[in-house]
Amino acid sequence: MSAVRSTAVMFRRQVRGTLRKRAYLAVGLAQPVLYLALFGPLLGAFAGQLGANPYTLLVPGLLVQQAVIGSLFVGFGLLRDMQAGVLDAQRVTPASRWALLTGRTLYNVLDAAVQGLILVVLGFAFGMRADALGGVVGFLLALLLTAAFCAAGYGLAVTLKNQQTFGVLVNAISLPVLLLSGVLIPMSVAPGWLQAVSAILPTTHIVTGVRAAFAGDITSTAVLVGLLWTVGVTIAAFMYGGRAFARANR
Amino acid sequence: MIRASHLRKIYPDRSRSSPRSQVVAVDDVSFEVAAGEIVGLLGPNGAGKTTTMQMLTTLTRPTSGRAQVAGYDLATQARYVRAAIGYVSQRGSASDDSTVGEELVDYGLLHGLSPTDAFARGRTLAERYRLDDLWDREVGTLSGGQRRRLDIAMSLVHRPRLVFLDEPTVGLDPASRASLWAHVRELRDTSGVTVLLSTHYLDEADALCDRLLVISGGRLIADGPPAQIKRMMGPDTLTVTVPSETELPDLLAVLTDATGEKPEVSGLEVSVRFAGGTGTLAAVLARIDAAALTTASVELRPPSLDEAFFALTSKEVAA
Ligand SMILES: Nc1ncnc2c1ncn2[C@@H]1O[C@H](COP(=O)(O)OP(=O)(O)OP(=O)(O)O)[C@@H](O)[C@H]1O
Ligand SMILES: [Mg+2]
Repeated sequence: MSAVRSTAVMFRRQVRGTLRKRAYLAVGLAQPVLYLALFGPLLGAFAGQLGANPYTLLVPGLLVQQAVIGSLFVGFGLLRDMQAGVLDAQRVTPASRWALLTGRTLYNVLDAAVQGLILVVLGFAFGMRADALGGVVGFLLALLLTAAFCAAGYGLAVTLKNQQTFGVLVNAISLPVLLLSGVLIPMSVAPGWLQAVSAILPTTHIVTGVRAAFAGDITSTAVLVGLLWTVGVTIAAFMYGGRAFARANR
Repeated sequence: MIRASHLRKIYPDRSRSSPRSQVVAVDDVSFEVAAGEIVGLLGPNGAGKTTTMQMLTTLTRPTSGRAQVAGYDLATQARYVRAAIGYVSQRGSASDDSTVGEELVDYGLLHGLSPTDAFARGRTLAERYRLDDLWDREVGTLSGGQRRRLDIAMSLVHRPRLVFLDEPTVGLDPASRASLWAHVRELRDTSGVTVLLSTHYLDEADALCDRLLVISGGRLIADGPPAQIKRMMGPDTLTVTVPSETELPDLLAVLTDATGEKPEVSGLEVSVRFAGGTGTLAAVLARIDAAALTTASVELRPPSLDEAFFALTSKEVAA
């Protein structure tokens, strides 16, 4: 049984499911628009202090935010499948556990790519400045991060098996990422001690890297550090998710 | 087809605050199932039926014990086991987000069929399980019975030699249940498929299964054909009906005295456990006669599977 084919089957199932859910599609597509339209002006109030067009900072930040938080939430879909017996049905087939995980994750990456593209295109329309090649590098970095956090979200869901526990944990992870890694407001405006706390989070370095890439400094240390963190997080997340999927129900 | 020896499954008990507390879901269960048998796993809620099935279908690792399933070792050849078995979980298999046809084809593909074969096989099964008109329907819109037929059809896409059905008829109306039974029998009769199914319905176990495994509190407490399980219960029930209430006190006295058991009254009917067999029945009748009681009817009945079941499981609880 080829793992590639099982992956493709799983990927196609997710895509089909989404295309059927019109409301989900509409909300999913409207989300980036809302963020840009509502949060951009708020950030604009700090424009002088930040020394840049707010969208130049906001779009890369939102890409990372979506890659972290939006991705962790995919675990809820898996929990629903677990409750309906769907995951067990898939796990009793000889399809590789990696394929089951990767197929779902690839779909989430596609989902993130579509939303991300809308974000970037709208960002340009709102006056964002970005380097073409650097933008592509930053975008790919965000997609890799998406894959990582989806794998982690699926792994957590399979391990915890419980909507409530999973929800609490996802919030516990999301909140510091959202507030402390400079996703929406760059940490440069924060007091020193908060910047020190922020520097501990991998996502801080990843956001900085993605911003630097969008600014066109592809060869800068910031991009390299962001890339290394992203790759590190991705490897760790897939090892964790893969093991959680492979391990039986305990 | 299945050879399970000393299977045990211990879960950590998440409901208790102490991290050490555990649930022994399945406790030292050993049994065998021969090729072509339809075997019922019977037991009350929480008995360990689902856990036993999940271990045998590679979904949960036994805490200890071994098993051979479809000729493969559960622990070391899980992939081969999966390729040889079908499984319908208590919760179902089909996803609301797919159509009937998509589910049948996708599971064929996951089992390694070529796209052409998966489609052809899906069509055949849809026809056999009366799903062909529903091929393009979204699973979320199916009725309970249609959905269960789909779950079962999905578990058969790869022509498994052994099928596990966890409460396949739960929530089905009598007609759907009967048709599902027919499908299970046909599966065995025409394709030689071995079936292990769990159920709470004793009439179902009685009508469908060649052999029953009764499980309670994680332990296997009986293993045998339905008739034998019923006999394990022991005594028959003697039911005497009288024409009027005035006869009841005397009848009660006579029956208590003659059988040494406490009779139960329901309307004009008095029932008592009767271990003596037909030989002593004459003696009891003679005593009734001697007491000058008139009776409307006297009936001696072997225990129903329900009674056997309650007797077996409550014995277990008391022990
Ligand atoms: N994942 C789990 N974690 C902790 N305890 C569990 C888990 N799964 C099952 N149990 C416990 O193990 C015992 C056996 O459960 P199981 O689901 O096997 O019973 P069952 O016979 O299938 O019951 P039912 O007829 O209600 O489906 C129960 O006490 C149950 O609470
Ligand atoms: Mg069960």
